[in-house]
Amino acid sequence: MSATTAALRPRLVKRLLPSRATRLAVRIGAVAAAFVAAALFLLLAGNPIGPVFSALWSGSFGSAYGQAQTILAAIPLVFTSLAVAIAFRMLLWNIGAEGQFYFGAFGAAAVAYAWPEWPGPLLLTAMVLGGMLGGALWALVPGALRAYLGVNEIVPTLLLNYVAILWVDYLVNTAWRDPESLGFPLGVPFSAQATLPQLGDTAVHAGAIIAVIAALVIAVILRKTIWGYKIKVIGENRRAARYAGFSITRNIVGVMLLSGALAGVGGMVEVSGTVHRIQADISPGFGYTGIIVATLARFSPLLILPVALLFGALITGGVELQTIGLPSDIVLMLQGTILFFALAGELLVHYRIEWRRQAQTGSEGEPGAAGRAHPGAMPSGT
Amino acid sequence: MKSSLKLISLGVALMLAAACGTGSESAGEDSGSTGGGGSKDVVKAAWVYVGPRNDGGWTTAHDNGRLAVEKTLGDKVETAYVENVPEEPAAATRAIEGFARKGYDIIFTTSFGFMDPTLEVAKKYPDVVFEHCSGFKTADNMSAYFGAMEEAKFLAGMAAGAATKNGQLGVVNAFPIPEVIRLGNAFMLGAQAVNPDATMKVVFTNSWYDPPKEKSAAESLLDANSDVLTQDVDSPATGQVAGAAGAKWVGYNSDASEFAPDAWLTAPVWDWSDYYIERVEAVLDGSWESHNYYGTLADGIVGLAPYGKSVSQETQDMIDAKRQEIVNDEFDVFQGPVYDQSGRVMAKKGEALSLDQLLSMDWFVKGIEGKLPAS
Repeated sequence: MSATTAALRPRLVKRLLPSRATRLAVRIGAVAAAFVAAALFLLLAGNPIGPVFSALWSGSFGSAYGQAQTILAAIPLVFTSLAVAIAFRMLLWNIGAEGQFYFGAFGAAAVAYAWPEWPGPLLLTAMVLGGMLGGALWALVPGALRAYLGVNEIVPTLLLNYVAILWVDYLVNTAWRDPESLGFPLGVPFSAQATLPQLGDTAVHAGAIIAVIAALVIAVILRKTIWGYKIKVIGENRRAARYAGFSITRNIVGVMLLSGALAGVGGMVEVSGTVHRIQADISPGFGYTGIIVATLARFSPLLILPVALLFGALITGGVELQTIGLPSDIVLMLQGTILFFALAGELLVHYRIEWRRQAQTGSEGEPGAAGRAHPGAMPSGT
Repeated sequence: MKSSLKLISLGVALMLAAACGTGSESAGEDSGSTGGGGSKDVVKAAWVYVGPRNDGGWTTAHDNGRLAVEKTLGDKVETAYVENVPEEPAAATRAIEGFARKGYDIIFTTSFGFMDPTLEVAKKYPDVVFEHCSGFKTADNMSAYFGAMEEAKFLAGMAAGAATKNGQLGVVNAFPIPEVIRLGNAFMLGAQAVNPDATMKVVFTNSWYDPPKEKSAAESLLDANSDVLTQDVDSPATGQVAGAAGAKWVGYNSDASEFAPDAWLTAPVWDWSDYYIERVEAVLDGSWESHNYYGTLADGIVGLAPYGKSVSQETQDMIDAKRQEIVNDEFDVFQGPVYDQSGRVMAKKGEALSLDQLLSMDWFVKGIEGKLPAS
């Protein structure tokens, strides 16, 4: 009905102050869409939908065993995500949580091997400090380079990951090698005092509590302290921060130290809580997955807790899916689909899609033709 | 805090809705297990793999064993597997326990790094029996099993020694652990049995299954002049590199000739079928007992894959003769004199290396060029 050359084109339009209801509706829609897409995908691949979803559920949240496993899988992610989030808040792209995690494990193990006979509470506290120190030191290198020489932190943090992993590899092949491991790169087992206790008679170890405390502490720092305020201001407007007299260099170093220390505690909790020794394979990429978790949680320390739990559920549910006969490729596809929709949902919370009729000759098509009130109308929650 | 709590409950509610909406027909899928001990009508057997089951190597060999169990025992067995399980302890435990708590009767875990997780789960599930491959720890309900791959590696090394033109071999290795060192040494000794001046360069990838790393390791060996490559890793990437460069290749674990038919010489391979059938049958009739099993060439658990086109009849006959000597116990792969890299005598003439020396081997034989991490 309009100009002959007009065509409908999608555009992203920023939502100005999306309401609470909008945000909720978009997120529910995203999760619902993820499951619908996953179901379609399963159908196409010739798999039954019912048993798959029920296994995903029972393996993650639907059983006491699943819940414990989900929490266990989420714990290391909480630490690496917090590390990523606090740095990203100041627009510091710390891709090095993986290496800081390993170096924290190294610091904690050094303490555990030096004083194995110390009483548990003292030794574990010292190990947490060792982990923080290890992780912080590892982040200090790229942090100082960035603060004082203006070297972009992305490449140094990333490359130092490999150095940290190889360093731990070296130690478990030499000085710390367990003589009973037949030469396999495994460290000597920790003493009982160096092992984090279980919570009651569950399979979950005390690292869960440390994770929640860490998230709360970071939330308080960001919300209630002057330092937190400075971090946010520097992140949002560096020029304004400088004008206000904040020391950018000192805060860069400080935030990188904190970021590294958080990932380092993650390493400590993992070796002390689940591995019970140091060895080569302590992380299947927690530092990198932490970037996704932190992004989905919009770099909010408290949101990281539930998002990490959802990730833990995907991991443990994924194992359950394989035990009912789903190939691991399909499991990966399923996890990817759910993630994809969750990320898309985050985008749509802040932007909406408008279909506009644009004349290809350049002049605007007629406004008002495209529906813009509720694009992609969200199905209401079940 | 409040808002995040809300988000948790929201997520939980959603997943609940999704599960209920679509999953009701599958409720109560518990199969009636006959309980631990005694004989059984149907055995549920599970395998936990470190790589994908179609890796064309180590895991494929185990999965072929699983399929043989299915074929032989028919409806007396139900099998399942989990693949791509990392050796990271939490992940490994999760996979193993996932089967144990679902009422599986026997669980095979097929990577060294699964040893401690297997033991941990075994302690928690005394009514389930576990079989761990390539380790050394056992328990009342946990066996260790492995085989004398060094015998097959020696024979395969002979094929490599006959095929090399410049006497320079190359091996892509996983970890610098005694198992890998022992097998590399056996291969070297086999090659030297045919070509006394043969040498071999070593590259470690620090991973059992990492095709891109294996590929670049193989390329670096070719750059260093090796004209026959072999491997102690799980994928056929080494062979694909050798094939593309016109070099020769001795594979490992499974017959992978299809990946590089022109480069293919042979491969020392695992055949777990008989062992797996026997162990599952033992659970069926209630006679299963924990043991530490080490199969040999004579048992058929290790052997050689079919030869490639370029392996001459003469070489094949020579290898077959040696094979017979090993089977008849007339020849030991590590029969002295055996020298280490520096020329030190490790086993005198007329003696052989002790079992202890084999299991803790942390030195290369003469002819291998490469360094082990200092210990």
